[in-house]
Amino acid sequence: MSSYLNYTVGTPIRDTKAPDGPIEGRWDRRRFEAKLVNPANRRKYRVIVVGTGLAGGAAGATLAEQGYHVEQFCFQDSPRRAHSIAAQGGINAAKNYRNDGDSIRRLFYDTVKGGDFRARESGVHRLAEISVEIIDQCVAQGVPFAREYGGLLDTRSFGGVQVSRTFYARGQTGQQLLLGAYQALSRQIAAGNVAMHPRTEMLDLIVVDGRARGIVARDLVTGEITAHLADAVVLATGGYGNVFYLSTNAKNSNATAIWRAHRRGAYFANPCFTQIHPTCIPRSGDHQSKLTLMSESLRNDGRIWVPKAAGDTRAPQDIPEQDRDYYLERIYPSFGNLVPRDIASRAAKVVCDEGRGVGPGGQGVYLDFADAIGRLGRAAVEERYGNLFEMYERITAEDPYRVPMRIYPAIHYTMGGLWVDYDLQTTVPGLFAIGEANFSDHGANRLGASALMQGLADGYFVLPATLPDYLARQDGPPVPADHPAVEEAVADATDRLNLLLAIDGDRTPDSFHRELGELLWDECGMARDEAGLRKALERIPQLRDEFWRRIKVPGAGEQLNQSLEKANRLVDYFELAELMCLDALHRTESCGGHFRTESATPDGEAARMDEEFTYVAAWEFRGSEALGEHGAGGAPVLHREQLTFEYVHPTQRSYT
Amino acid sequence: MNLTLRIWRQAGPDAPGALTTYQVGGISPDMSFLEMLDTLNEELILRGEEPVAFDHDCREGICGACGMVINGQAHGPERTTTCQLHMRHFDDGDTIDVEPWRAAAFPVVRDLVVDRSAFDRVIGSGGYITAPTGSAPEAHATPVPKETADLAFEHAECIGCGACVAACPNGSAMLFTAAKVVHLNLLPQGAPERGNRVRNMVAAMDAEGFGGCTNTGECATACPKGIPLSGIAALNREYLRSLR
Repeated sequence: MSSYLNYTVGTPIRDTKAPDGPIEGRWDRRRFEAKLVNPANRRKYRVIVVGTGLAGGAAGATLAEQGYHVEQFCFQDSPRRAHSIAAQGGINAAKNYRNDGDSIRRLFYDTVKGGDFRARESGVHRLAEISVEIIDQCVAQGVPFAREYGGLLDTRSFGGVQVSRTFYARGQTGQQLLLGAYQALSRQIAAGNVAMHPRTEMLDLIVVDGRARGIVARDLVTGEITAHLADAVVLATGGYGNVFYLSTNAKNSNATAIWRAHRRGAYFANPCFTQIHPTCIPRSGDHQSKLTLMSESLRNDGRIWVPKAAGDTRAPQDIPEQDRDYYLERIYPSFGNLVPRDIASRAAKVVCDEGRGVGPGGQGVYLDFADAIGRLGRAAVEERYGNLFEMYERITAEDPYRVPMRIYPAIHYTMGGLWVDYDLQTTVPGLFAIGEANFSDHGANRLGASALMQGLADGYFVLPATLPDYLARQDGPPVPADHPAVEEAVADATDRLNLLLAIDGDRTPDSFHRELGELLWDECGMARDEAGLRKALERIPQLRDEFWRRIKVPGAGEQLNQSLEKANRLVDYFELAELMCLDALHRTESCGGHFRTESATPDGEAARMDEEFTYVAAWEFRGSEALGEHGAGGAPVLHREQLTFEYVHPTQRSYT
Repeated sequence: MNLTLRIWRQAGPDAPGALTTYQVGGISPDMSFLEMLDTLNEELILRGEEPVAFDHDCREGICGACGMVINGQAHGPERTTTCQLHMRHFDDGDTIDVEPWRAAAFPVVRDLVVDRSAFDRVIGSGGYITAPTGSAPEAHATPVPKETADLAFEHAECIGCGACVAACPNGSAMLFTAAKVVHLNLLPQGAPERGNRVRNMVAAMDAEGFGGCTNTGECATACPKGIPLSGIAALNREYLRSLR
C-alpha cells in the first residue's frame, strides 16, 4: 500500500503576494511596486526558460527583448513544434467587438464559475484584463486570424459562455499563435539574445542555498548530461496528461521537469484536477498510441445525440428523430451542446454506461452536422470546420458530411500543476512556472479557448513584469560550476539513467506506460470513488517495483536513445500518479473535472463541499531514506491555501 | 496484415547506413504508419535490438516532427503527414521501403531522424514581424481584407516538416521559404520589413546549402498542408520587387 496514505497536514499558505484593494487595480499596483532592473544591467542576468510553447516561447522572446540573456531549452528538434501548436479552436479575449455584453468583468466571472470556484479571483481577473492585449500583440505579429469581409476580426462561441469572444484561425489557432511566438523567439535567437538548445531535455533542477540556480539537461542526440546555471529558472513545460498514456497530448509531452522541481521543493497543487475533453475520436484498438481531439468549436453547429433505447444497433441515418436523444439539449436547454467540458464529458459517460453508446464497444456518442449542413449549406460548414472534417475522415475513414462523427471523452489538459504565487513563482525562490505547467487560473475545470489565453498572458505579460522584481533583489556571486549541489544533481541524473540501462529486464517502457495509464483512467478518470482510488494507490507502488525489476532499455546512454527517454519519463509518472490518486482521495467533494461519485446532486451533477474544500491543495514532497533509491518518497505534506471569493459568490453551477 | 519493411538504419551522422529488412505481422488497417512502426519497435526491444529512431510528437498532423520517405515518396502515398497515413492504404503482403529525408541541408542524425535546424535559421534571418511585446496597436486599428487574410493563412499553414525539400530533386527549400515570405509580406503589418525579409531569407536559404528551384513542382505535390506552388512565383516576385 502506498506510503502516501500517511500524509500529514502542514502549515497553511497564507500569503500569495496578491495585492489587496479593489480587484481592478491589483495588477497595476503589483507592477508599480515591483523593483525594476536598469536596462544597462539586464544583459548581466541569465534566465533559463524550459519549453517553447505559447508560454515559454512568449516568455523567452519577451525577456530577450527586454535585454536579459535567455538560455532556452526544448526536447523537440525545433522550438516551433511545442504542443501548443495542436490547439485548434481559439483564444478568448474580452474585446466585446460583438457588442454582445462582454467585458473584462464577464470573462472574469465566466472563468471563475467555469472553474467551479476553485481558482484565485486575483489571478483570474488579471488574466481577463490581459486578454485584450494578447489579441493586439498577436495581430501585430502577423497572426492570420479569421476576419469578416469588412476586414475586422471574426469571433465564435465556446462552451460555458453566452457571448462570442473566441478569436480563431480556422481550426489551427494554436499553430498560428505559436508560430507568432516562435518567430519572435527566432528573431531573438538570431540576434544572439537567446541561446537555443533544441533536442535537449531537462532532467533535474539545481537548487543552491534554497534558490533555483540552474538545470541538469541531457543532449538527446549525444546523450551528454550537463549543468546549465542561471539567475532564475522558468518552467514552461506544459501539463502532465500523458501520465494516462492515451491523451490528446503529444507523445513526448512529459512531467519530468515539473516533477523533478517538485522533488526539489516546489509544491504541487491540485494534481487531481485533470480535464477530460468531451469531443475526441474514439480509440480504434489496442494499438492506439494517442487520441485526437475534435475541437470544441464543433459544438457550435454539431448536435450531440445517442439512441433513446439501449442496444439500438441501427445505422445513425436509419434512426428517426423520435428515437434520438439529444441529451445535452434536453438536460441543459439554455447552454445546450455548449455546456462546459466537464459536464459534457460526464453526460457522455452516463449515456454510454446506460448502454446507449454507439460504435465499437459502445464507447461513443454522435456529433451530427446534418442540421447545420441543411441550414447553412455544405460550403459554410466546410469553411468553418473543413480541416477538422478532413482530419476525422483520415483517421476513421468515415465522411462526417454524410455520417455523424463518433466522439468520446479523453484526457486533454491538466488544471493542476506547480503551485505558484501571484508572481508565478513557485515555493522554490527563483523558480517560476508558467502556462499549463502551473496550477493557476482554471480552478477545477478550464473553459475552452482559455489555455491559449493563459499561456500567452503568462509568457508575454505576467512573467516579464514579475521576474525582474526577483532578479533585482538578488545579489551575490554566480554559482561555480563545481559547486557540490551542481555536481550532485548531475550525478543523480546520470546514475538514474545508468540504472535504467543496467536492469535489462523483459518489459518495454510502453507496456508499463499503457498499464499505468489504464489504471489511472479506470480509477482516477472521469469518475472517482474511494474504493477505486485506494485500489490504485495499492497497485501503483507494485507496478513501480515491477518496473524497476523488469524494464528493458536497449542501447547506450551516449546516443540518441528514445527508449531511454521514455523509461526516464515513466519513473516520474509513477510518482506523480500516486500523488494524483492521493489528492483525488483526500478531496471527497466533487468539483469541476474532479467527480467523486459519493458527492453528487440528485441530478448527478458535481456537488461541491465549500465549507470543507474551498482551498488549493498544495503538496510538499518528502524524501524518505527508508524507501531506498527507487522510492517515490515518504508521506507528503498537505498545505492548504484557503480561497476567498469577494466578487463572484460561489453557487451550484447551473447551465440548465 | 503482414508486411515486409526495408528500413534505413544508420547509427550516426558519420556512420554508414543501409536498408535492413524486417517482417511485421498483426497490423490493423486502422493503425497509423507510426503505430505500425511502434509495433515493430516493441518487438525489436524485446529481442534486445535497438528500435528504429524516428521523429514524431503530436501525431495529429500539425507539429511537423514526423516525416519519412515511404516507397520513394515524402510522407508516402497519401497527401498527408506520416502520422496521419493509415495502414488501410497498404495491402497485406506489401513490401514497404522507409528512408529518412534525403537532402544535403538535412544531415541524418540517426536512422530516420534528420537535422532540420536549417529551417529555423531561415526563419531567424527574417521570417518574423518585428513587434516587441507591448508595442502593438489596437487589433482593429488596421483592417485586413478577408481575401488577403485568407491567402496569408493559406501560406501560414506550413508545418516546417521538410517534405518539400525531401521531394525536390534539387533539395530546394523554395516552397518553405515562400510560405513564410508570402504570409508575412501580404499583411499590412509585414509591409515595413517586406524587402529586407525576402532578401535575407533567400540569402539564408542559399547559405544553408539548399538547392535551387527548377520548377519541378514536386514540393507542392508532397506538401501535406497544400502550400500552393504559386507561392514560389510570389516569392520570386517579392525578391525582384525588393531589388528595384
